[in-house]
Amino acid sequence: MSLHRTRATAHRVLRQLRHDPRTIALLLAVPCVLQVLVRALFADRPSVFQSLGVPLLGLFPFVAMFIVTSITMLRERTSGTLERLMTTPLARGDLLVGYALAFALVAAAQATLVSALSFGLLGLDSGHRAVSVIALAIANAILGMSLGLFASAFARTEFQAVQFMPAFVLPQILLCGLIVPRDEMAEWLRVISAVMPLTYAYDALARLASPDELTAQFWVDVAIVVGVTIVALLLGAVTLRRRTP
Amino acid sequence: MGAAISVRGLRVVRGGREVLHAIDLDIESGRVTGLLGPSGSGKTTLMRAVVGVQVVADGSVSVLGLDAGAPALRERVGYQTQAPSVYADLTVDENLQYFASVLGATLSRVTEVVGRVGLDGLERQLAASLSGGEHARLSLAAALLNQPSVLVLDEPTVGLDPMLRRDLWAFFHELAAGGTTLLVSSHVMDEADRCDDLVLLREGRVLISGTPEGLKQTTGTTDLDAAFLSLIDEVDGEGP
Repeated sequence: MSLHRTRATAHRVLRQLRHDPRTIALLLAVPCVLQVLVRALFADRPSVFQSLGVPLLGLFPFVAMFIVTSITMLRERTSGTLERLMTTPLARGDLLVGYALAFALVAAAQATLVSALSFGLLGLDSGHRAVSVIALAIANAILGMSLGLFASAFARTEFQAVQFMPAFVLPQILLCGLIVPRDEMAEWLRVISAVMPLTYAYDALARLASPDELTAQFWVDVAIVVGVTIVALLLGAVTLRRRTP
Repeated sequence: MGAAISVRGLRVVRGGREVLHAIDLDIESGRVTGLLGPSGSGKTTLMRAVVGVQVVADGSVSVLGLDAGAPALRERVGYQTQAPSVYADLTVDENLQYFASVLGATLSRVTEVVGRVGLDGLERQLAASLSGGEHARLSLAAALLNQPSVLVLDEPTVGLDPMLRRDLWAFFHELAAGGTTLLVSSHVMDEADRCDDLVLLREGRVLISGTPEGLKQTTGTTDLDAAFLSLIDEVDGEGP
């Protein structure tokens, strides 16, 4: 791996995004609009907004980066640019880390904007943990990116790649504890949710949202999110082959 | 000069079908070798094997004395795929700057190769807005960035106007005169005469290889189209 090539890759991915201002606008505006809707939905019950708002802050980047990465990577495979890169000295790690750096930056912008809106205008209580929420949002974005990268290896067309969002992401959102607390779920659902990475991402965010002191469980959650990200990136690296049939 | 590329007993299976059947081939260094054959004859598969991105079933491919695809070759072999493998959502300059960084070429090379393939004035255009021919030349420019010793070009002149084709072929010979080995595929026979050496591929086998003049003499014909037809007839056993 080389720092120079990794940085060049991150720069290239950001330049591609810059030529697509509509995507940037959507990435930044959609989570803000959704957060405003959630706030309005629970106008009479601020405690519900308080318990939903913070986890949502951290989950938007996860979903957005999953989609953006799986499509970008699929394009890289189908346009032949990946094949060209595989004939150059670029290491697979350069490509993956380059992508991660670029999308982490986008996720940081996205999370900062939605946080500023939520904590500033919408009255969400950060409990002085706004920076931790943003940091966790970035970690979730990279988790989404690494899962998207891995998923893109199984998509032949952009239609399929888009369908991976509901297939990979929606079950995790349903079962992570956001909609129904995990200890109120049927046993088999709880077992499934226990093997889904988003469950731990949600749990960490929910702990940040509550006024209680952070326990060791918070750091276990964070470690699991980081661990799954690394495993997904390694699996993603395995799907990037120099030689193809 | 010796062989820059040596292929021995190369077999490739794609989709359960053998598409290259025990190919033996030597490509001389410092020459422009044309790889000709109808579409589906295995040209692209052979080129992919040479640049080391093709899974091969059997046999060996060596480039500059190393196994094809060896890490040390990645800075010395340039490859232009048939599809213009550049980023449609980046400008000409941005595409070349990225590939230059990846290949370890200097940024001043970007200006050089842009001029070389005649894309001056289009540096700030998005690749997506280029014409087919400009797209192909951008892809070629990216393959030239690190001044490779071996250049593998898959149908680089397809869809280009005659003047541009003539200029590109002149440029290929200029590179060869400087010591670069070029392997250029085409399915257009009238380009065969522009090559130093020819390899005719048909249904995954090398039908014949040699110089254009040699081929005409062997077959007793005056143009290469006729030479190839007579060779194909011979192989198929329908000859006169």
